[in-house]
Amino acid sequence: MADIVYFSSTSGNTARFVEKLGRPATRIPLHARDEPLQVTEPYVLCLPTYGGGNNAGAVPKQVIKFLNNETNRSLIRGVIGAGNTNFGEAYCLAGDIIASKCKVPHLYRFEVFGTPDDVRIVHDGLEAFWTRQP
Amino acid sequence: MTNKLKLVSHVDAINWNKIEDEKDVDVWNRLTNNFWLPEKIPLSNDIQSWNQLTPGEQQLTLRVFTGLTLLDTIQGTVGAVSLIPDSITPHEEAVYTNIAFMESVHAKSYSSIFSTLSNTKDIDEAFRWSTENENLQRKAKIVMDYYQGDDPLKRKVASVLLESFLFYSGFYLPMWFSSRARMTNTADLIRLIIRDEAVHGYYIGYKFQKGLEAATQERRDEIKDYAFNLVFELYENEVQYTQDLYDEVGLTEDVKKFLHYNANKALMNLGYEAIFPKDVCDVNPAILSALSPNADENHDFFSGSGSSYVIGKAVNTEDDDWDF
Repeated sequence: MADIVYFSSTSGNTARFVEKLGRPATRIPLHARDEPLQVTEPYVLCLPTYGGGNNAGAVPKQVIKFLNNETNRSLIRGVIGAGNTNFGEAYCLAGDIIASKCKVPHLYRFEVFGTPDDVRIVHDGLEAFWTRQP
Repeated sequence: MTNKLKLVSHVDAINWNKIEDEKDVDVWNRLTNNFWLPEKIPLSNDIQSWNQLTPGEQQLTLRVFTGLTLLDTIQGTVGAVSLIPDSITPHEEAVYTNIAFMESVHAKSYSSIFSTLSNTKDIDEAFRWSTENENLQRKAKIVMDYYQGDDPLKRKVASVLLESFLFYSGFYLPMWFSSRARMTNTADLIRLIIRDEAVHGYYIGYKFQKGLEAATQERRDEIKDYAFNLVFELYENEVQYTQDLYDEVGLTEDVKKFLHYNANKALMNLGYEAIFPKDVCDVNPAILSALSPNADENHDFFSGSGSSYVIGKAVNTEDDDWDF
């Protein structure tokens, strides 16, 4: 079953986008005290970059922890980035970093929690993407 | 003015080792990491480019920047400060003091641009224009009225709309110059301001949504009506202000698309759905890529054939704890 794994901070913008997609999705836990997430099927990772600046820390620690699990890392098939073009070079930077490190495509970028057009494109795009996967 | 001074009524020593809302720490760290001063930007490298602008373009630039100076002054000395007494956590209060200070840095940075590029007579004329332009003054008054009102949520709405919407009629111009390889150091400075305002709009919008969570449905409906009415009121005024500035250079229609695009994002920062449809938000791609080199449409893997997509574009960033 096609799946999305996502990270969303307490602001919940990315969670809101993923909910609007209406596709099976699992959230990466926010707190260190939570049970770590272990996936067993291929997934597309959706995550935000907020704040800009070319400082370390574009990828949230929780996501690093999730991807440091080798099984989790082996199942990633693509990335979707969230952010704001006003962050300049850092727009969806975490998505770029993960795409480059994991050698998977950065499939799409959207701002804040996405417009209805973004939701439609990603929903249909994922549908087609998963049918093309071996 | 006879307004009674409003301050936080009780203060405890702030303990940054006891955090109620992680977002306060995240945003504080982000803002302090992003700290900058205009003196670090080599604005004098733009003197040659400035001298190649037409007198009309020079006048437009000075007017746009005095308008932005006014907004940053409001936000620094009234807007961000007015949010402090409404804070839910002590760390939120501290974040607003950072925001207020940075707004004063922004306001001052326009004066750095002026003194580097222009002369006293033209600068004075532009400041005079800013006090006499009705649409600019109306925009300032609308926002100031809400800051002085007694509704914390409405204050936050006004603040987010200022941070995420009202600046953009002005920000358009340096991005337009930049897309034509003119005034590029000035554009670098403006991009730093844009980055700061984006964090401010995001954070104040987040705190607004937190505040709404505790409200009754009736109150939420009231605030939503108010927010959309204020967007439309400000939008109409913004269109007139844009005409005052940009009609002469023929850019008004292009700026309006940028206004729609940013009004949508301001609403989203408040947690509301975008209202301007896609076909009036098709911002000139040159402006978008002046804003963010990552914003071009080649990054849409789904809509394209996929052939234009390039994996593994070099990213000049390393996370120290990113370690597989």
